[in-house]
Amino acid sequence: MANSASGHPGIANGQAVDVADIPAMAVPEFLESVARAIEQGMRASAFFGQPLEDGRLRLWALLALDNQSLLFPYRADFDDWHYPSLTPRCPQLHWFEREVFEQWGMEPRGHPWLKPIRFHAPYRHNPSAADSKPSPQIGVTDFFQVEGEEVHEVAVGPVHAGVIEPGHFRFQCHGEEVLHLEISLGYQHRGVERNLIGGPGSRSIHLMETLAGDTTIGHATAYSQALEALSGDQVSARAQMLRGLALELERIANHVGDLGALAGDVGFLPVLSYCGRIRGDFLNLTALICGNRFGRRMIRPGGVCYDIDRAQASELQRRLDALEKDLAVALGLLWKTSSVMARFEGTGGISRQDCEAMGLVGPAARACGVERDIRSDMPSGIYQFAQIPVSTCGSGDVYARAHVRWLETIRSIAFVREHLANLPAGEIQTPLSPLKPNSLAATMVEGWRGEICHVALTDANGHFSRYKIVDPSFHNWFGLAHALRGQQISDFPLCNKSFNLSYCGHDL
Amino acid sequence: MLDILLARIQQKHRTMKYPDGPAPQLPGNYLGRPELAPGDCPFGCQRCLDACPTAALNRHQDRLGLDMGRCLFCGECVPVCPTQRLSFTLDYRMAASRRADLVTDAQGSCLAGALDAPRRRLFTRALNLRQVSAGGCNACEADSNVLTTIGWDLGRFGINFVASPRHADGLLITGPVPQNMRLGLLKTYEAVPAPKVVIVVGSCAISGGPFAGHEEVLDGVGDMLPVDLFIPGCPPHPLTILDGILRLLGRLSETS
Repeated sequence: MANSASGHPGIANGQAVDVADIPAMAVPEFLESVARAIEQGMRASAFFGQPLEDGRLRLWALLALDNQSLLFPYRADFDDWHYPSLTPRCPQLHWFEREVFEQWGMEPRGHPWLKPIRFHAPYRHNPSAADSKPSPQIGVTDFFQVEGEEVHEVAVGPVHAGVIEPGHFRFQCHGEEVLHLEISLGYQHRGVERNLIGGPGSRSIHLMETLAGDTTIGHATAYSQALEALSGDQVSARAQMLRGLALELERIANHVGDLGALAGDVGFLPVLSYCGRIRGDFLNLTALICGNRFGRRMIRPGGVCYDIDRAQASELQRRLDALEKDLAVALGLLWKTSSVMARFEGTGGISRQDCEAMGLVGPAARACGVERDIRSDMPSGIYQFAQIPVSTCGSGDVYARAHVRWLETIRSIAFVREHLANLPAGEIQTPLSPLKPNSLAATMVEGWRGEICHVALTDANGHFSRYKIVDPSFHNWFGLAHALRGQQISDFPLCNKSFNLSYCGHDL
Repeated sequence: MLDILLARIQQKHRTMKYPDGPAPQLPGNYLGRPELAPGDCPFGCQRCLDACPTAALNRHQDRLGLDMGRCLFCGECVPVCPTQRLSFTLDYRMAASRRADLVTDAQGSCLAGALDAPRRRLFTRALNLRQVSAGGCNACEADSNVLTTIGWDLGRFGINFVASPRHADGLLITGPVPQNMRLGLLKTYEAVPAPKVVIVVGSCAISGGPFAGHEEVLDGVGDMLPVDLFIPGCPPHPLTILDGILRLLGRLSETS
C-alpha cells in the first residue's frame, strides 16, 4: 500500500502535524518512494524546497491519495545541489522540478525541459559553482524549434490582444497546424512566497486575496484554514457555510464569464453579451454580502467578516432565481446552435491517460472523465457536511470543458439556494490562538479553476519558515500547451479560454 | 434564428441610464471614498497607522491624512479608531488627476478634471485604450473589461479597448509593474502614437498596493510614464473607473 511508504500515516486536508513526526528520509529513498507512489496512482499536490539554516535544502513532496482522502508528506534533506530528475518517470513533476531548480538551484539532472518558469534570480547561491550565472532575463530562453521546409514560428505576447494578463506563447507551425506550443510565463512575478516568510503579518491576507484576484475567496480560504490548522482553533459552522457560499458564487461568476467568452471566441455574440452581463450580476451577489465584487474582506482567519441576515438572504434568493432563468435561456441558445457546437467538439482534445500523466486538476481534468474534485475527495470546511456532485464529461475537448462548467454552475446555484435558506447558527468569527511552532499544515480548496494547495511550515517561534502556494494553473498550463498539438493555430484563443488559466496565480 | 430572437426578447434591454440617469445602487457594505471627520486625534494615538497594511495613513504635524492611492479599502482602520474619525462612504467618485490629490484629509480631496484642451478636443468623443496588465491580479482587469458588457456599454461613449497599441490613443494600466513587465510596458507605451493618455487603475498601479516594497516590483507606474488619471481602489468598482474616465474626457460636470 502506498501510504506506508512515506513513513507517515497521512494527514487530512486542513490538518497540522509536528514536522518531527514526519520521518526524514535518505535522499535515494525519498526519490524512489515519491516516484513509486505517483506511479501507483498518488498525485503530486505540492513538491517544493525549504532552505535549512545549515545551507542545505529540504525537499518536500505532498502526495494526495484521493480515494482515501489523505495527504502524505515526504521529506529529505539534500547535501548536494543536484539529484536525478523524477520527471522522466513522473511527467506531472515536470513543472515542480523546474520551479525547485529556479528557486533553489537544485538541479534535477536528466530533466528533459529544464528552463526557467518565472525568470527570477535564485533564492540560494551555490558557493562551489565556479561561474556565477547572470540573472535571467524575462523571456530569454532556448525555445524549442521545429526545423523544416515551410515550418514557421509565431510569437505572441507578453502583451496580448485582449484585456488579459501577460505571458509569452511560441508556436511552431506547419501551415495552420500547430506542431508544438511552448508557454513561457513569469511576467507577473511579484514575489508573493518570498515575502510571506516570517509571517503571518498584516499584509499576508491581502497577498492571498490578490495572488489571483479572480480567486480571492479560494486562496483566502486555503490560507485561513492553514492558520486555523496551525492554531488548533475551530471555525463555526455558520462561518464555514458562509465561506462555502462565497466560494460557489465565485465559481458561478467565473464559469458564466468563461462560457460567454467561449461563445465570443467562435463569434457567437448574443451569448457573449448575455453571459457578460449575467457574470457581472453574479459578482454583484458577492458584493451584496461583503461590499466587494471579488469577495475582498469576506474571508479572514478565524471565520468571515460579513454575515448574511434574513433580508439579504431573501434578496440573494430573488436575484439568484432571476439570474438562473436568464442563464438558462442564454446557454440554451449556446448548446442549440450547431455552428457553435461544430467549433467546440473535437477541438483541443486531451485523452484521459494524458490528463492523469500530466496531473491536471479542476474542470480541465473532469472534462477528461476524471472524477477529481477536492470538495468530494478531500472535503474540508462546510463540504464535510454538505455535498455537491462531481461534474464530469468524457470527451476531453473544448466542448467537454464548457459542459463541465455548465454542470458545475447549475449545481453550485442549487447549493447556494439550498443553504441560503438553512444557514447554521453561530458566531462568524473565532479569535485564533498563536500558531504551533515547527509544524506543517496543508490545506486544499477546490477553487473554480481546480485544486488550490497551500502548505505552511512554521519555525520555532510559530512564524512561517516557508509558505508554499500551488495554484491550479500551475498544474494546468502544460495541459493547454499539450491540447494545442495538431490543432489549428486559429483555434488557440478558443482552447486558451476553455482552460482560462491564471498568469499571476502561476507567477506568484 | 427564431430562438435567437426569442432569447433576445427574454434578455431585455440592460444598459444602465447612468450618467444621464441615476448611478446603479451600490451595496450597503461597499467601502467607497474614505472620510476623515474633523477634529483631533488623541495624543500619541497610532492605532489606525498600525492597523493599515500598506501605510496609507500618515500624520504630519498632528494632521491625519489618508492616501487613497495606497489604500486597499480593507477597512481595518475603522474599528480601531477611538474617536471614530475614519469612515468609508458609499461615494464611488475617487479618481484624481494628480497623485497628490489622492490624499484625503479632513478637508476632503479633489476629483479629477478634464484633459488639456488639445487632447480633450481629440479624445472626448472617441477614445481607444490599450489595456496593459503589469502584474495585475485580474480583478482590476475584470472590472475594467466589464465596462464593455451590455450593462455598462462603454462603446456608447466612444470609448473602446483595442488590440494593438498602434490603434490606441492611450494606455489603461493595472498591476504593481513587476520588474519582468517593465520592458513590455515601456514598449507598449512607445508604440502608442502621440498625443496619448495614461490611466492607472487600482492601488497596485498607483503605489504597488499589497506588493509595495517587494524587490520584484516597481511599486506601480510611478515616474516611469506621465499619468493623466489615477483611479484608486482594490479593485475600483466599475463605476469608479467609468466616472474617472468620463471626468478625464470632460463629459461630467465638475460638480456632478
